[in-house]
Order: sequence, then structure tokens, then C-alpha cells
Amino acid sequence: MGRTLLQKVWDLHTVRKLPTGQTQLFIGLHLIHEVTTPQAFDMLRARGIGVAFPGRTFATTDHIIPTLDQSRPFEDQLAETMLAALEKNCAEYSIPFWNLDSDRQGIVHVIGPELGLTQPGMTIACGDSHTSTHGALGAVAFGIGTSQVRDVLASQSLAFDPLKVRRITVDGQLASGVFAKDVILEIIARLGVKGGVGHAYEYGGSAIEAMGIDERLTICNMSIEGGARVGYVNPDQTTFDYLRGRPFAPQGEAFDRAVSWWGSTASDPDAAYDDVVEIPASEIEPRVTWGINPGQSVGVSDTIPATGAGVDEALAFMGLSGGAPIQGTKIDVAFVGSCTNSRLSDLREAARIARGQRVASHVNALVVPGSQAVRAAAEQEGLDQVFRDAGFEWRGAGCSMCLAMNPDRLEGEQVCASSSNRNFKGRQGSPTGRTLLMSPAMVAAAALAGEVVDVRTVMSHV
Amino acid sequence: MSSQIDRIEGSGIPLRGDNIDTDRIIPARFLKAITFDGLGDHVFEDDRAALADHPFSNPAYRQAKVLLANENFGSGSSREHAPQALKRWGIEACVGESFSEIFRGNSLAIGLACVTVSREAVEQLMSLVEAIPDTPFSLSLQDRSLSADDLRVEVGVDNSARDALLNGTWDATGMLLDDFDVVRGVAERVPYIRGF
Repeated sequence: MGRTLLQKVWDLHTVRKLPTGQTQLFIGLHLIHEVTTPQAFDMLRARGIGVAFPGRTFATTDHIIPTLDQSRPFEDQLAETMLAALEKNCAEYSIPFWNLDSDRQGIVHVIGPELGLTQPGMTIACGDSHTSTHGALGAVAFGIGTSQVRDVLASQSLAFDPLKVRRITVDGQLASGVFAKDVILEIIARLGVKGGVGHAYEYGGSAIEAMGIDERLTICNMSIEGGARVGYVNPDQTTFDYLRGRPFAPQGEAFDRAVSWWGSTASDPDAAYDDVVEIPASEIEPRVTWGINPGQSVGVSDTIPATGAGVDEALAFMGLSGGAPIQGTKIDVAFVGSCTNSRLSDLREAARIARGQRVASHVNALVVPGSQAVRAAAEQEGLDQVFRDAGFEWRGAGCSMCLAMNPDRLEGEQVCASSSNRNFKGRQGSPTGRTLLMSPAMVAAAALAGEVVDVRTVMSHV
Repeated sequence: MSSQIDRIEGSGIPLRGDNIDTDRIIPARFLKAITFDGLGDHVFEDDRAALADHPFSNPAYRQAKVLLANENFGSGSSREHAPQALKRWGIEACVGESFSEIFRGNSLAIGLACVTVSREAVEQLMSLVEAIPDTPFSLSLQDRSLSADDLRVEVGVDNSARDALLNGTWDATGMLLDDFDVVRGVAERVPYIRGF
């Protein structure tokens, strides 16, 4: 019987079985940022413990970064204090840190793959639930809390219970206008927001295999929204081609040797899964959330549900009516960004819709690239000008309005068409703000129309 | 070694609703700090503002130690600030139908027990404390049982979490450093560290 990628990576990184019955797992790559780490460093200090492998932790700043005025000190003193703490901690413990003045700064889940830090067969941890993103390159990546950040710093390892593996196969060709975001929203709608608890999700099938790495990153990113802490795609030629030449990828002949090992970490053809789910690509259309968790989405040509568990509470919060079409829902704000959808291919898809058009007069629209490298590459292609000409704001790199820990946030009961990952109550900074999750192309189309529209009808004109 | 935790005694607080996420437990703006101090004052801040009779605003539950929740409690963000806020408010155990994985792990890491019970049992327990808020609860991890008034229910808890709480190894740092030579050994055998 063959093994899955998860089993192979798990076995390779097993330190020992702990007295609790859990497995102590070595963590190959640790990524940190300013929000979930200051307390972890303080705990180390209080205990007189050092950082075990400072060269295996990398830091950047993303959550609290203003996307307009980045001059120091920040206007927001709390944000300034947090960044200053990270600067101090990284300096004290000799941890590499890409700060605002580095062209490598950006959202931690964007820069990891972009720099080639994220590689197949690795174990990765980061104090952020969207760490599952890195599975797109065939890594096993865990979102963790602050005490666990402390433990990784102290021991480069963590204690875990074993995970089951659910294989999710998407076979066939996605229709024009249907993107990775729609695929993962469909998966979560079908399996539920807690369907993946206790599981790693392995995504495969011809539709996933045909995707580029940016799209796979979007899929794996939202595994946690389906309850799965870990999500991954088996590494293949697309993965290897993506990694070639990246700063932290092996170079020269070492790269070829790496490819041979990376390939061996993929699940065996006869691997056994705890569960298999098949979703035909042809059944997926552009999706939009109507509720207060990412499982509450419908196809753009569908109507908003009127009955079901949690529907009343969600509709009351969202100010939507059950039975009404989701198309035509008026928006106030459009946000293209976040670790889910802020990479170059996302910006290209949004720009393709926006080119030569105008944002509706009542809509505030902003584009926040995921990293300084994405921003520079987009500017190289003139995408910034396309967005500006259409009336979008073009901002600096960071998490921004996905969770509004910086000055970018909704006001009052504003409705936001957003390419981010969570439509939770209050998520985008206003306790009564409302989020409609969709693909970047759908966000751009909604920005132009001032309401939710089917991007496929817009695309036929461009 | 962290403290050994077996029995948790105190009153309960009912928090109805599935999929209550960590953004609701503690909104992101309260994460702008470099300590966990004061988080207890802001637990469910926006939900409390939106709902006048929110249980966490009700003085009858102010002394509660056992949180009663429905399905998928603590979904969403990995912010440890969520269990920290609950613990600092006074919660010592969460009893729910199910929990998100990261929340459960973060809770264990700070000695906050998460145990599961059936939907029927949660309903009975919630109804009980809604009728009589100061009903005394007693949760025993050793016995895997929860009693409240004349009600006694079995609770589910991972063997590993139960073991860590009972033996005081829920703060895992010491245990993870116990055999550090083995950790070094793994670092030496992993191809991407050893070098391709």
C-alpha cells in the first residue's frame, strides 16, 4: 500500500512519540509576523530560553502595515509598537527580517512561495491560520497560536495528533470566468465549514493539475475555512518550474537533485485515503457568499437561501432577503487583495475586467498587492495604471482590509465585494460591516457595476 | 512543568450558536498589542454591543467558569488571543458539540480544557443554566464526566489533551526540549536542510 504526501512528510519529520501519545514533529520552516509573536518572545525571555534554529525562522510585517502612508513612526501608535517589537526581537535573536524597506516584504503567505522558501516535502508553521496556503507547493503547513510559536522558536518542533487525509478531486475543465476562488468556495459549500476538522485536504484531479501555482495557493489558502488545518497539492512539473531560480530554491545541479526528491514526496498512485470526494469542474460557476461564514455561498446565477441552519441570523446581519437573486446586490466597497488573492495572476484577472472601464461613482475600490515584488511586477506590466485609470486606488503591500488591523476598513453597514477569505461578522473592521467573498475578477466586475454581477457576461465584452 | 488540571468546578454560561468564530470572540482591533493583558474585558465585545442580553453581559453569569457552546466553536483565525480572552474573563473549560482544531490546540496550550458533548446534552445543560444560572457544574477530566445538578453526562476529550492536562504537560515547551539531540538528528537527516 502506498503512502500519501502527508504520511511521508510526517514520517520524515517525526522526532519521537511523546508521553501524551502525540507526535513531536520537526518544523522545517517557521514564518513569523508582528501580530502573533511578541508574547512568544517575551515567554522565551521569561524562561531564559533561546531560539534553537534562528536560521529556520524568517520574519516579515504584513497585518498592521498602512498601505498609504508608511512613514515611521506610524500614526497608529499601537501598530508602531508592534512593528518596533518585531524589529527588536528579530535583532536580538538573529532572525532574518524583511521590513518595510526591503523589496522582499509582503504578506507572509505571499512571500514564502515567491522567495522559494516554501518547498515540497517541508513542514511549515506560522502564527496565522492561512498557513495552509503553502501546501500548494506540496508542503505540510500548519497555522498555530502564540504559545506554539514560542515552542517552535524554542525547539523547532511541535506536538500534534495524527491527521486523516481526504482526497478532493476536481476533474474536467473550469468554464471561462470560473477561478480557483470559485472552486474552493464550492468545496467549502459542499463539505461545510467544519467538514475538514481532523483532516488534511489533498486537492487533485485534472482541473487542479492544470492550475498554476498562484491558483493552487488560493485553493490551499482557504482549507482552514473548510475546517482543515492543512491542505496541499502534490508537487509536479508546474511546482518545479515555479521554484526554479527563486532566491531560496536550490541552484544549479542541486536543483535537479532537489526535483528528484521533491517528486518522491508526492502521494503514491496506490495511496490509501480516509475519504475521497469528487467534484466535477463543469458544475462550478462563479460564486458569491451571502452569509457570515465562508460556507454560505451560492453560484452567481442562484438565489439567496431562505431556510436552513443559521440562515436567519446571517440574513439579518447581511441585510439580505432569502429567495432574492444574489446578482444585483449593491456594494459600497471593492477590495482586491489578501493572502488568498493578491498575487500577480489575480491582479491581471482583475485588471482585464477593469481596463478601459470606470468604477461606479458610489463605490470605493482598492487594490492591495500581496507583496512588494507583486506590486513591482504589476507596475512593470502597467497594471497600476489600468487600475488607477478605472478609478481604483493602488496601494502598498499588506493584509489591509482583509482584517482591517491597519487604517483600511469598512464603515458602518457598508457592503464590500472582497477577494479575501472571511466574511465573518465585523471581519473588515466595522462591527456591522458586510462582506461578500468572490474572485478578483468578480470583485472588479462588481466595482464597475456597483453591484454583484456575473463576470462571465462582462468578460464576453472584453 | 505547568499545573495539573483535573477537576473544574463552577457555574456555566450558555453561548448559543454554531460556528462562533474567533473574530467574534475577540475582534482583530484588540490584537493590536504586544501582551495579552486586558483581553478579558473585550471578549465578545461586538456581539455584546449588538445583543443587549448577551450572556457575557449578564451579571448572573459573571462568575461562570464553564462555557457551553454549540458546533465548531472557535473557527477561523489562529489567534490565541481568543482562548486567552476567555480565560482572562474567567472561563476554565469549554464544553461544546465541537471545536475548531486550531482553537482547541491554542486552548490546550494555555491550560483551557475543551471537551465535547452531544447536541442533546448541550441543550439540556444550556436550558439548565438559563433557568438557574448558579447551578454548580463539576467537570472531571479523569472520569470524562460532567455533572450539573442531577444531570451527569459523559464528555469527549482527546486522550493526548486529557493526558497533558492531568499530568501538567499542556505547556509543551519543556517536553519538546526533553530530547533535543533527537531534534538535531532530524534536522541533519532532512534533505532540504542537509543540502541537496
